[in-house]
Amino acid sequence: MAFWIASSPHNHSQAKTSVLMRLVIYAALPGIFAQWYFFGWGNIIHILLAVTTVILCEFIVLSLRNKKNIRKQLFDGSAILTAILLGICLPAIAPWWISIIGAAFAIVVVKQLYGGLGHNPFNPAMAAYVMLLISFPIQMTSWQPPLALMTIDLDLANTLSVIFTDFTKEGYSVQQLRTSVDGFTMATPLDTLKTNTGLGLTVFESMESSIFGKNFAFGWEWVNIAFFIGGIVLIAKKAIAWQTPLSFLLSLFICSFIAYSISPDSSASTMFHWLTGGCMLGAFFILTDPVTGATSTKGRLIIGALAGLLVYLIRVFGGYPDGIAFAVLLCNMAAPLIDQYTRPRTYGHQVQEKREEAK
Amino acid sequence: MESIIERIKQGKFWHFHGGIHPPQQKAITAENPIKQLSLPKQLILPLQQHIGRQGDLLVVVGDKVLKGQALTQSSNPMAVPVHAPTSGTISAIKKSVIAHPSGLSELCLFIDVDGEDTWRKREICQDFTKLSQQQIINKIADAGIAGMGGAGFPTHIKVNTKPNINFLIINAAECEPYITADDLLMCEQSTAIVDGIKILDQILTPAFILIGIEDNKPRAIKALQQATKHIEKIKVCVLPTKYPTGGEKQLIKILTGKEINSGTLPVSSGIVVQNVATCFAISDAVINDIPLIRRVVTLTGRALSKPQNVWALLGTPVSYLLEQTGFTNEISEKKSIAGSPQPSPPVIMGGPLMGFSILNEQVPVVKTSNCILAPSKAEMPSAFDNNSNEVDCIRCGQCSDVCPSQLLPQELQWSAKAKDHQQLNQLNLFDCIDCGACAYVCPSQIPLVQYYRIAKAEIRQQQQLDIKAEKAKARFEARKFRLGQEKIAREEKHKKAAAARKATMNEKSADGGTASSAVAAALARVKAKKAAQKIKNSNEPLASSNEVTDEKSQVKAAIARAKAKRLAKEKGTESPVANNKEQTKTPAVTNNKTQSNVVDDKKARIAAAVAKAKAKKASEKQSPVVENNVSSEQEQVTASENTTTEAKDKKARIAAAVAKAKAKLKVMDKAQQAPTTNNEKST
Repeated sequence: MAFWIASSPHNHSQAKTSVLMRLVIYAALPGIFAQWYFFGWGNIIHILLAVTTVILCEFIVLSLRNKKNIRKQLFDGSAILTAILLGICLPAIAPWWISIIGAAFAIVVVKQLYGGLGHNPFNPAMAAYVMLLISFPIQMTSWQPPLALMTIDLDLANTLSVIFTDFTKEGYSVQQLRTSVDGFTMATPLDTLKTNTGLGLTVFESMESSIFGKNFAFGWEWVNIAFFIGGIVLIAKKAIAWQTPLSFLLSLFICSFIAYSISPDSSASTMFHWLTGGCMLGAFFILTDPVTGATSTKGRLIIGALAGLLVYLIRVFGGYPDGIAFAVLLCNMAAPLIDQYTRPRTYGHQVQEKREEAK
Repeated sequence: MESIIERIKQGKFWHFHGGIHPPQQKAITAENPIKQLSLPKQLILPLQQHIGRQGDLLVVVGDKVLKGQALTQSSNPMAVPVHAPTSGTISAIKKSVIAHPSGLSELCLFIDVDGEDTWRKREICQDFTKLSQQQIINKIADAGIAGMGGAGFPTHIKVNTKPNINFLIINAAECEPYITADDLLMCEQSTAIVDGIKILDQILTPAFILIGIEDNKPRAIKALQQATKHIEKIKVCVLPTKYPTGGEKQLIKILTGKEINSGTLPVSSGIVVQNVATCFAISDAVINDIPLIRRVVTLTGRALSKPQNVWALLGTPVSYLLEQTGFTNEISEKKSIAGSPQPSPPVIMGGPLMGFSILNEQVPVVKTSNCILAPSKAEMPSAFDNNSNEVDCIRCGQCSDVCPSQLLPQELQWSAKAKDHQQLNQLNLFDCIDCGACAYVCPSQIPLVQYYRIAKAEIRQQQQLDIKAEKAKARFEARKFRLGQEKIAREEKHKKAAAARKATMNEKSADGGTASSAVAAALARVKAKKAAQKIKNSNEPLASSNEVTDEKSQVKAAIARAKAKRLAKEKGTESPVANNKEQTKTPAVTNNKTQSNVVDDKKARIAAAVAKAKAKKASEKQSPVVENNVSSEQEQVTASENTTTEAKDKKARIAAAVAKAKAKLKVMDKAQQAPTTNNEKST
């Protein structure tokens, strides 16, 4: 009787990459729901388009790379998560080819060309987003106002029609959709603030606009809060490390707090920075991507702080209203170097030196 | 140190980085008392059951052995003897599969058990406090005790240390899931364990004794606290359950807050750690004179119908233990359905995290085997997966979060796959304790520990090769140096020899002949005279007088004699028949020559020729009439000498000698015509 030979450990926590990915996807659902509630079906349609595209692209590339067990890799959730994150980021009424080009770019170029899962230096969703933003600036900035502020009823059929034909069933164009009752083109709160401060208005005067709602940013604040809740669940489930979001949010808070205390007229409040744009999505779902982030505890803290600073700088001084995507890509570049210099002290090493220092 | 004790008294401990909380599964066996098994039919005792070297055999096949009798003895401090666990007959001494992760075969003693269980003579020690330190250490060494926690380090070496020990730590953590052997031993044998601790206290005289035990063993904690109630020095430290608290370095960190420097032993920091089962073995050995022949083994896992802790004799085959506990083979049942041959389910020696699957059921229990784990497929599916479920690492960093050595497992994994040994060393691969926490949590199910093991083995092999290469280089350098020295010495010698030659040549030209040649000539003359006298007196054969051992001188003498004889005869007869005689003599001379040729010594021949020439010269000097002729003959001789040196053919040489002889004879004839005689000259 010969026994089965295996290497220790013989037991396993039964954790799986696919389970982890699925958990992250579930945690994004509250945010997606809030988006749907305030901005309509657009993002859900884009998510579906992107998911279909990534699965197709992933299958083609994996086949070309002669990979075994394609089915398992295809449904490990990593590609689907990428597609969902990209779909969330896109403007709701962007044309259909935007999400398809973005998803294909994310999988084929950013992920698989670098070696597939675990080997990509950049976050695929963010790299694709930046590529789209630079290549198609008009489509990528055609943000619609929240449904409540729109004059045209944007139901599912109308949204589909806009995404696939650029016009609603009644014949309204994207531009018309974005125009409010008083004839002004609506933009995102961040965009509006940037334009207004550029025009010499104070923050308080800008905040009068209906786009900011009663609190900070109509609709956007709830989307951010929903993503925040999802993020807290992920941290509680230990699916993501707490260091990155914490240091990111703190860093952004500190930067905006300093600016706000120095010049409250030209600077938005700390909470405005936290609850507009892709802040919470970036903090809990994008920056925490393990593949492209730092791995050590110290490294994660540094990456988070750096991203917070970059986001603030881009939002206030940069050419684009929001800076999450750019900040993430810059941090991705810095991650290997940060990892190199934040290696933890191994047990039993430099014990002597430590003691001497203590003396 | 006082502050450490203060903290411990308050129930506060330090933490080590990382750690995991796998399902405990200790309840399977924790409630049943340790069972005494009946004797198995055969025991298989590997000679080496510990770290170090194997002892020297004391028995041969067919020997009857008594229980407790030493079967090997140690000739090396790192060797630990093994003893007969019961009485019986040695039936074989051969290689057999041992408890080793790679299923290696090593030399094992096979004992056929006679079932009588007869003890050898024992000396019970009534009061161990009267024993000297060295006596106790010797007893421990003779009892063959090696660390019973896992590594199997010889205990007598560990306890034989310098006196200033601050902490003696008794490792009762037993942090691996499933295993309850130490737990039950503490419950049932707490007094003996405390005796063992007291013995250790007597040898090591530590300042404090700390017993580290995880809080998942309430009964054992109670028993130990009861047994150590009156001893101020011993502290029972109840630690939170976390794997791997039982790791030596981790336990030290928790209890004392100290870190042991990488690459050093705890003893260098004044700490000695002993396993609780080792303490029991020490007390058994020192007090009851029972060597290490049995241990508690946890037989557990859902594949066993009667999981149980047992007292197993060392050498008991695993098959016997599995039989006793109702092992059901899940896969072999399936095999009959599927029809394809499949190996049996895994049987693990040790715990689920650090144990190793054994090769077959013949593997025996050894000093370090604390558990036999036979899991069912449902409870430990990954142990049954023959195909690795490994997917690409996503750098989630969970491995580094749980690593008790604070390594970066995922970076190590990249480097191990890339075989980047330098980077692996930089990442401190050798501080990995193989605990398996990283692989346990890895969501990509990468067999991390396996990669590290392979990398470690490769690095060790490379190091050995490097050492070998270094040695070879050193050897080569030494040889080169030696040859150089020899060459210089040789040159020196040659120079000296050349100088000497030059000097002698100068002398020759000054004196007209060396002293040695003069002596040789004189000797030859004396011999010639003797021979002549002898021949006159008796007709003895020439060979009989050849008693001289030196061939050169023999040849010289023979030649000289031959010449002398001839001369004598010529003188005696003084007749023209001489020519005839000469002719008859020549064959004799040639015979002589051939005899010397058998020796095949060129030098001898040359020397003979020189001697001849000298002798001739000497005789010729007295006859100035033939001087011219002599010189011509000398030329001939030298010519023939040249031929002898050059020609390797014997015949040629003989012919040359004959020619020489003839030439000489002619010279002699001429000399006889002169008025002076040789006789007169030689006198």
